[in-house]
Amino acid sequence: MGYVRPRIGALAVVAALAVVPGWAGAAEAAPGATPKAPAAKATRPEPKPPLLVQAEAPPFSEGIYPCSACHAGMPKNGTRRELVFHDEQQAIFDHGADQRWCLDCHDLQDRDVLRLANGAPVPFTESYRLCGQCHGDKYRDWRVGVHGKRVGHWNGEKTYFLCVNCHNPHSPRFKGVQEIVSGGKKTVAPTLTYLKPEPRPKRPEEQRR
Amino acid sequence: MTPNKSLPVLSDADAPPPSPRDGVDPIGDGPLDPARRAFLRTAAAGTAVAALASCSSGVDMEDFLRKHFKELSPDELKKVLAKVEKRNQERFGKKTTVSAKGPQPGVEYGYGLDISRCVGCRRCVYACVKENNQSRTAPQIHWIQVLEMDKEHGVDLAHADLYYEADAVPRPGKFYFPVQCQQCRNPPCVKACPTQATWKEQDGIVVIDYDWCIGCRCCMSACPYGARHFNWATPNLPPEELNPDQHYLGNRPRPKGVVEKCTFCIQRVREGRYTACVEVCPVGARKFGNLLDPESEIRKVMETKRVFVFKEELATHPQFYYFYAT
Repeated sequence: MGYVRPRIGALAVVAALAVVPGWAGAAEAAPGATPKAPAAKATRPEPKPPLLVQAEAPPFSEGIYPCSACHAGMPKNGTRRELVFHDEQQAIFDHGADQRWCLDCHDLQDRDVLRLANGAPVPFTESYRLCGQCHGDKYRDWRVGVHGKRVGHWNGEKTYFLCVNCHNPHSPRFKGVQEIVSGGKKTVAPTLTYLKPEPRPKRPEEQRR
Repeated sequence: MTPNKSLPVLSDADAPPPSPRDGVDPIGDGPLDPARRAFLRTAAAGTAVAALASCSSGVDMEDFLRKHFKELSPDELKKVLAKVEKRNQERFGKKTTVSAKGPQPGVEYGYGLDISRCVGCRRCVYACVKENNQSRTAPQIHWIQVLEMDKEHGVDLAHADLYYEADAVPRPGKFYFPVQCQQCRNPPCVKACPTQATWKEQDGIVVIDYDWCIGCRCCMSACPYGARHFNWATPNLPPEELNPDQHYLGNRPRPKGVVEKCTFCIQRVREGRYTACVEVCPVGARKFGNLLDPESEIRKVMETKRVFVFKEELATHPQFYYFYAT
């Protein structure tokens, strides 16, 4: 009995070591990235990952990016307050407005990136990581293709849309989307208005000739 | 075509070679000798041919006498497909490609529809019409029917409205429940068909051979989902809206008097693509994939979400699943 326990302990450590790198990789990854395979699985042939292509994100509002173009010359003020600029965003802001303001997601030091809750900077192109820290259930569903939309091939190359393709980060409740062209590619962008349904089908009596 | 012309062709193809008889039939007690059998067959076919020739509908003799789709040899199939393309050209003045690509091995399609996401915008209805060459008006045929239901009552057909109109969706207190062919594993429509014009393919798609359908509509009364639709008149399909990428068992233009239904966009999914309704859905409520692939989206849905099938009590075992992601 005496020498069994250390063996179990060693096994647990090995298992933990094998799992942790894989988990850490997966937690940060977009659907396109292949998480690092756990060491235990190295002998088994890894199934070929499906080809995942990221959709083009909707463009920034005209003339707003890079943010540092204006903010570089402004004093850095991290106090929560009503801004006298960015009316467009403040007017629609409806994202836990009681608990949240600009600098919870935008970085005070480097204006051209976002920041996670732990202070780590995140580029705008990876904003889904920011969303995922609160909306973990949706993030997990999105990564496996259950939440959100994918187009292309069910057994081959497919394009997945990002959070910001359907949700306006400042007013994230889904309302509608519209097709746009961004960066020369067809993609979708969220709208602030709800969708209008297509015409109803004809009733049988209306089909009589 | 005259009856005389087709007779030798028939007897050549079907009759066994004349053999000298030694008096007793070696197998069983079949009373007919082959020569007599061949004669009767030719005579019966001759009568049919005569009957056909007298009717003015212009039925093609080759179509009338061809084998069932599943029994066609590759050469015969090629001829049949070429004929469909020719007919398309005559009817629409447009070049089309008609494929008859078979099911992929190791694939069983599954479809998931997220009730908690669907907003009832009917984009899927019209994307389907466009993709699958349905009749646009008189008769108007929609393979997808979006029902508006009350949240108060849940999935209840007694409180469902197919003809809702709104300026914006979703309407408060309502949810939306699109219904289309459920591709049953135990399909009542297939059992009801008297001519075997409809059957279930290996990958789970229930298909119809429009050339084999006699338009009796037994399948329509057997289907508990209202998923089959009848061409009461010649489909009204403008040539400029014709989708030229076609499948023999799917979206090729239908004649008058046949039944049609959703085929999971057979012309797309057999090429590996998503269906048209999946691609158009603005909320991403529609999921499609291979049920036998543990990494597919539909399997993730099945494993992690609350999934149900419509009219489960009828034991049709659909391959179409509804689920709630939230």
